[in-house]
Amino acid sequence: MRHTLVALVEDKPGVLNRVASLFRRRAFNIESLTVGHTEQPGLSRMTIVVDGDDVAIERLTAYLYKLVNVVHVEDLTHVPAVTRDLAMIKVAAPPETRTQVMQVVDVYRARIVDVTTQSLIIEVTGDEEKIESFVEVLRPLGILEMVRTGLLAMSRGGAPLYPPPNGNGNGHHAAASAD
Amino acid sequence: MKRTGAQIVWETLMREGVEVVFGYPGGANLPIYDAMLDYPVRHVLVRHEQGAAHMADGYARASGRVGVAMATSGPGATNLVTGIATAMMDSSPTVFLTGQVVSKFIGYDAFQETDVTGITLPITKHNYLVTRVEELGDVLREAFYIARTGRPGPVLVDIAKDAQQNSTDWEYSDRPIQLRGYRPNRHPLSRQVEQALEMLSAARKPLILAGRGVLLSGAMRELREFAERAHIPVAVTLLGIGAFPASHPLSLGMMGMHGEAWVNQAIQESDLLLAFGMRFDDRVTGNLKTYAPNARKIHLDIDPAEINKNVRVDLGIVGDLRESLQEFLDHLPQMDHSEWVEHINTLKGESAVRDIQYLPPDGHLYAAHVIHDLWRYTGGNALVVTDVGQHQMWTAQYYRHDQPFQWITSGGLGTMGFGLPAAIGAKIARPDAEVWAVVGDGGFQMTAAELSTAAQEGVKVNVAIINNGFLGMVRQWQEFFYDRRYAATPMRSPDFVKLAEAHGLTGLRVWRREEVFDAIQRARETDGTVVIDFRVEQEDSVYPMVPAGADLHNMIRRPVRNPLVETAQDEM
Ligand SMILES: Cc1ncc(C[n+]2csc(CCOP(=O)(O)OP(=O)(O)O)c2C)c(N)n1
Ligand SMILES: [Mg+2]
Repeated sequence: MRHTLVALVEDKPGVLNRVASLFRRRAFNIESLTVGHTEQPGLSRMTIVVDGDDVAIERLTAYLYKLVNVVHVEDLTHVPAVTRDLAMIKVAAPPETRTQVMQVVDVYRARIVDVTTQSLIIEVTGDEEKIESFVEVLRPLGILEMVRTGLLAMSRGGAPLYPPPNGNGNGHHAAASAD
Repeated sequence: MKRTGAQIVWETLMREGVEVVFGYPGGANLPIYDAMLDYPVRHVLVRHEQGAAHMADGYARASGRVGVAMATSGPGATNLVTGIATAMMDSSPTVFLTGQVVSKFIGYDAFQETDVTGITLPITKHNYLVTRVEELGDVLREAFYIARTGRPGPVLVDIAKDAQQNSTDWEYSDRPIQLRGYRPNRHPLSRQVEQALEMLSAARKPLILAGRGVLLSGAMRELREFAERAHIPVAVTLLGIGAFPASHPLSLGMMGMHGEAWVNQAIQESDLLLAFGMRFDDRVTGNLKTYAPNARKIHLDIDPAEINKNVRVDLGIVGDLRESLQEFLDHLPQMDHSEWVEHINTLKGESAVRDIQYLPPDGHLYAAHVIHDLWRYTGGNALVVTDVGQHQMWTAQYYRHDQPFQWITSGGLGTMGFGLPAAIGAKIARPDAEVWAVVGDGGFQMTAAELSTAAQEGVKVNVAIINNGFLGMVRQWQEFFYDRRYAATPMRSPDFVKLAEAHGLTGLRVWRREEVFDAIQRARETDGTVVIDFRVEQEDSVYPMVPAGADLHNMIRRPVRNPLVETAQDEM
């Protein structure tokens, strides 16, 4: 099954390579991986979507913790979380179909961010299902180009992701019990 | 005070207590070498950087301290790779320092530029590329800290030449190192220890599986007390040899592919496995589907990623093994498992003693004889280092260790060529130890050039070449599984006696068992490294054997060819 992990990593050269390399080396398939800054200086946050059963993901989490630059890992798969993907889609929009495209944009509450006489660039955010259905509706109208960011995820509620600074070192104990 | 990067390297090494480094110079690490002359450090010039890496590893394994090796950029660094991977697989605390091209040339395929941090990413515990002298001091301290703490391992620091040459204001600081993403847990959780004790009290056939973690955490005494008080037999992994005295009544010997048959049988019958600092390697478990089917499993390890990796366990306890066992000992009651212990004793019927006696009395020299005699004549007190192959397994089987840190072998990576350089490193770490390198004719030739290093450094190791004229272990697989088609395994060797002599060293040759004692005696009495060419039976095999992936209890046993001849000298 698909798991959504978030990892806080030190913002240092080569860290993305270390993480990506770990997935390759341990034979896990990444479906998507995004990296960006966080509210804390020096820390980046990765959202990783990966396929595997719970046991495999537990193992993967432990491997991630073996990387010296990985500070914290959490599996958001089984907790209430907001997930978002962003897509930019360039669609053909000659006068004959333009209104139709714009109606679809309206329904999905997407935005037009670039206009030419023959095409539009549309920006849409939402969970993956919304984006996928949007793409399906647009497809017959002529998609010229598309790019998606990959998933971002954040757990609901007030508790921040980051553990207390002197917390349970590397979450090791949590990863250790099989029950 | 203003210091160059090269000076920062040596000042930090001095503060870390480094007395010896193994290495090889070149353009990209010249500044470090130049500065070296101003510091009280011994440098061992090797003949190939692989040798430096294995020496640093052998040094670390023999002493428990961090071993250090250095090389230049490009080919120097790539030559280290096998040694780094070897240290990684066996959790050996080591630091590797490589020179890198001037930082502004990095990425332009400069002369002797190689992406060393890229290459070594999966075979180091951590690595660094340093391009600014200002970062160097902190990085080096972190490197040593990471190498020796938690689950130890190799750390590589790749230092651009300009970072070695440039100066900065720098003072060594010994403030504690804090790394946000690296905080190994040393203390076990008490409730898990309680849970383990409950499981233990319910067990009738418990077994301790002791690995290298016992040695790395220095938990030998705790292990012994645990085993004795709970009355539980102890089996060791290949790298756990020495963690528990071989002559102890509760000692079972080695488990796994070439382990003792009764040990593997006992594992299959056990109802509770206590895995202490071992990692359920495939060479230890055989077929995972049929492994220890009746046993609940408790796994103690410092590395959380080992828990549930190969074998699903019922309880995983993360922590430093010594601290964990101490916590157990605070609550562990006296127990009695006599019935189980006696049962295992009956399984021992077919023992290693009889295995050696099954060897046909045809006057030929067998490797088992050599190792067995080496054990007897050295009183079991030698520091034994092996290469990889049949001789390694025979040495594991027939040289019995009562003391820890007297056994060094490449287990995880199985690196041929490891033996001689690792023995040199071990001898430099422990000059008072009697060091024997037991090597094969094949593996010895991979790093035999290090004889020259031994000669130049005046390091005395005794090299026992178990010369069977074959890449024996591969030949054995060909015999068992490929219909005796000996593709690329017969091997011609140079005259090893002359080779030793060409290095100004002593060479001896032994054909018959009667000559073994004299040769060993002469080696022990001779100053300087001695090479003994033991001409052993060519087509002998290591028994027993669990074929790769087979069930642990389905072992190939030595075919009985001759009536049993009991001789007093083979009693063990
Ligand atoms: C560097 C390397 N190459 C290949 C192998 C595969 N291998 C394992 S044992 C062995 C044979 C070793 O022959 P030798 O050194 O003569 O020892 P013997 O088995 O005869 O005692 C080989 C080739 C290896 N372990 N390491
Ligand atoms: Mg051989």
